Amino acid sequence: MQDSEFVRRMRPENFGVYGSRGWQRIHLDLPLLLLLLLCCGAGLFVLYGASGHDRHYVERQGVFMALGLVGMMVAAQFNPRFLVRWAVVPYVIGVLLLVAVEFVGTGAKGAQRWLDLGLFRFQPSEILKIACPLMLASYLGTRHLPPSFRQLAIALVILMVPAVLVGMQPDLGTALLIFSAGFFVVFLAGLEKKYIFGAILALLAVAPPFWMFFLHDYQKTRILTLLDPQADKLGAGWNIIQSTTAIGSGGLQGKGWSQGTQSRLDFLPESHTDFIIAVLAEEFGLVGVLVLLALYLLIVGRGVMISINAQTMFGRLLAGSITLIFFVYVFVNMGMVSGILPVVGVPLPFVSYGGTAIVTLLLGFGMLMSISTEKKRL
Amino acid sequence: MQDSAFKDTHREQRLFLIRIAVAALGVLVLTLVLVVRYYYLQVVRHEDFATQSENNRVHVRPISPTRGLIYDRNGVLLADNKAGFTLSIVVERSPDLDQLLADLDALLNLDDDELRRFQRQIARRKPYEPVPLRINLSEEQQSIVAVNEYRLQGVEITAQLVRHYPHGELLSHVLGYVGRINDRELPTLDPARYSGTYVIGKTGIEKSYEDQLFGEVGYEYVETNARGRVMRLLERIAPDVGKDLHLHLDIRLQQVAWEALGEERGAVVVMDVRSGGVLAMVSKPGFDANLFVTGISSKDYNALLHSDDRPLFDRVTQGQYPPGSTIKPSFGLAALQTGVMTTESTIFDPGFYRLPNNTHKYRDWKKGGHGSKVDLHTAIVQSCDTYFYTAGVKMGIDELHFYGSKFGLGEKTGIDLPSERSGLMPSRDWKRGAKGVTWYPGDTVNTSIGQGFMLATPLQLAVMAARLAARGDMIVPRVVRDVGDDVHQNHVTLGRIKAEDRYWDYVIDAMKDVVHGPRGTAKIINQGLDYSIAGKTGTAQVVGIRQGESYNSAQLSKRNRDHALFVAFAPVEDPEVAIGIIVENGEHGSSTAAPIARTVFDSFMALKTEPQGEQHAGQ
Repeated sequence: MQDSEFVRRMRPENFGVYGSRGWQRIHLDLPLLLLLLLCCGAGLFVLYGASGHDRHYVERQGVFMALGLVGMMVAAQFNPRFLVRWAVVPYVIGVLLLVAVEFVGTGAKGAQRWLDLGLFRFQPSEILKIACPLMLASYLGTRHLPPSFRQLAIALVILMVPAVLVGMQPDLGTALLIFSAGFFVVFLAGLEKKYIFGAILALLAVAPPFWMFFLHDYQKTRILTLLDPQADKLGAGWNIIQSTTAIGSGGLQGKGWSQGTQSRLDFLPESHTDFIIAVLAEEFGLVGVLVLLALYLLIVGRGVMISINAQTMFGRLLAGSITLIFFVYVFVNMGMVSGILPVVGVPLPFVSYGGTAIVTLLLGFGMLMSISTEKKRL
Repeated sequence: MQDSAFKDTHREQRLFLIRIAVAALGVLVLTLVLVVRYYYLQVVRHEDFATQSENNRVHVRPISPTRGLIYDRNGVLLADNKAGFTLSIVVERSPDLDQLLADLDALLNLDDDELRRFQRQIARRKPYEPVPLRINLSEEQQSIVAVNEYRLQGVEITAQLVRHYPHGELLSHVLGYVGRINDRELPTLDPARYSGTYVIGKTGIEKSYEDQLFGEVGYEYVETNARGRVMRLLERIAPDVGKDLHLHLDIRLQQVAWEALGEERGAVVVMDVRSGGVLAMVSKPGFDANLFVTGISSKDYNALLHSDDRPLFDRVTQGQYPPGSTIKPSFGLAALQTGVMTTESTIFDPGFYRLPNNTHKYRDWKKGGHGSKVDLHTAIVQSCDTYFYTAGVKMGIDELHFYGSKFGLGEKTGIDLPSERSGLMPSRDWKRGAKGVTWYPGDTVNTSIGQGFMLATPLQLAVMAARLAARGDMIVPRVVRDVGDDVHQNHVTLGRIKAEDRYWDYVIDAMKDVVHGPRGTAKIINQGLDYSIAGKTGTAQVVGIRQGESYNSAQLSKRNRDHALFVAFAPVEDPEVAIGIIVENGEHGSSTAAPIARTVFDSFMALKTEPQGEQHAGQ
């Protein structure tokens, strides 16, 4: 194993060179980078308004974004072949930490999610949002596709172990994200249609017992609330009633930056974290929503392009999965806040306040850049 | 090998391309779902949500208007508003209501009444509405709460005006009082008008003029956050202050009448003969109306309610007593006008009256009777029962009823006070309806001297005196003179009692001799009079006296003794003032009731000439 294989040397002549070839040399994808920066900037702007002009939030968020961007650039320097070889390491560490959380984790709102490391707390489940698809891509990407039944079985185990562990914390939102990320890899790898339909049937079959025996009461309430928010106006339905009110009252043009009464007067819960899209919708209207959505779509589009142009199957699978999971964030978040999906803890990428999600997302995009800038070879 | 690998790679790439294309399609479809959803919420349903968001944000808070003040005829303040502090609780803001109440109890010593009322009001409050717990905090209590505020989350202290009656029990029945709105009243009130107001007029003027005194409620549009905290004031519509009332009543005369009754139970009503205005209106004993304003304790209330003296009972408008001989001038006039008697007619009074073919003796109050040649004049001056038995039977109950009613008997006077009772002027119809039996001649005999079924309120006695004084002007009593700047009602009349002038002269002259004549039943009050009084004494039996028995006051306990009555007006030549008096268990109108009239009239005459400067303070 040569040095240049995993950390590419930064040659002095690469510095100070601009243009796409220059960016290529430092393994950054310029369009993606610009889109991400735009997204982060918009996110900070919305957050500043949503938090009631609290500089504290914006500064912390800015620091995390900077950290994430640095992390992204570092991640971009890794050769995809190195990632393939070492994918198992973050996966195993992540799973072990998840097990550790079960025993020594600290809880919030009745769920054990956090690991206290003294300096800071973090959620091991975040690691797996990347590690799980990485592991699966490295496993399936190096084999003949479409995967055989045996390979599928192994892939299923790789996928389900962290998903179930996270689901047990319980953190349905993250479990869903991890599962989706892994599933996208398997799907893109060419999972045969019979399995897809089979899986759908199996899901329908296990749904009722899952509902009865595995879902916590609060999770059931969230799903039921979706069907009829007015049933418990001041309880479970409150969030959805207030968020749809905020969105709807924004209209086409919005009430203006920092003029959202729903959020400013605290009717909207979690207004700077998971429900921040409601603030954006209230203050900037449908126009604002569509602009942000377009930004997200451009990022997704760029990700799809990268995945199509990737040099290896591993690269395609990983890039595709990272891109699609990014969209899942967007869809689940905007769907739940607008009342078409149950409320699960999924943040809005780069806009919701919260450091770990941003860092994780940007690390993923770092790998995407690493894949996009892999030297073309035959 | 190389080939197959290449082919495989190609196939794999194609498969991947299809899959990523499917995924991309999925992304687009789901994006479309989001766009449709947001379009639906933000464009299609925008109006609904904009309204809902406004309703969330903007709250309307009523501002209760300042209640109008009440002044006497000379501008002396009778009902005032004083600044008071109310302690209320916003339940939504208290993390633990039971704990909060326990803490407040430790600090302020809450009583059961307060708590019960509070719990009842909590049940029907609107969200974030402050519910009053104690309306009149003392300064000391207020500072105790202020010091402990940090641990009394949800408690609000607001300054507001509280009704105050500076004259206390002197005016308790006339003014009435305001009190907390109760469960029975609530459904009858306009919720918009009365939100933000805790009290309403319960009795007296406070009740009958509630609408005018209340004013119009104002509103504050405020922006509140999700926890109900007011962030800023958006708009304010000031309330219209309630109208001030000026009464006909003269507090000085009220005071005189009050004191003249002394320790007795009873009622005195003084009326201005020309305007019908009530100059004084005393029902004794009274009570301190201020107790009711902020919620009387059940202990105090029960004490008042169950007292034998019945202080809460307004004798003036609700006390019904047999009017006795006080109705004699009215019935005398009726006898002349109907022609059953003339001014020259006389009867022989052996001390009793017997209906034809009947052995039952209807006794005269004077044993042995008033002798022969008793004419109407004598009959009024000496209160001869036998004369009126004779005249009454001759007229018949229908005429008695007709004239009695004209003088206001058996009918509500129409005074501007609530809960007035009508007394009773019996008739054939009434007896058939109420008792189910026909009218007997004996009933007419009893009615003709104001006994039997007859009942009258002290107010009706005064009205009867005023109508005599005004020579048939069927004047209606009024308590309130001006509402706000408008002269409200001055001289309300129902018409005239038709009788010839010489009959009025005759009867009034007889009434004058009741006081001024050497044999008048009220002659004891004529000493040193520099003006003239026309009057009529009366006695109302509390217990019936059987045939063959006689009334012996010594044997009767004080509470079973006769009520003493007196009606009068003055001056006779040009009447200005009329009075109706009843002293419960006072025995004789002449000795207990008549002197009260003299005192009040003396005072009235003196006050007429006295400058009113010093009393003008309230204006």
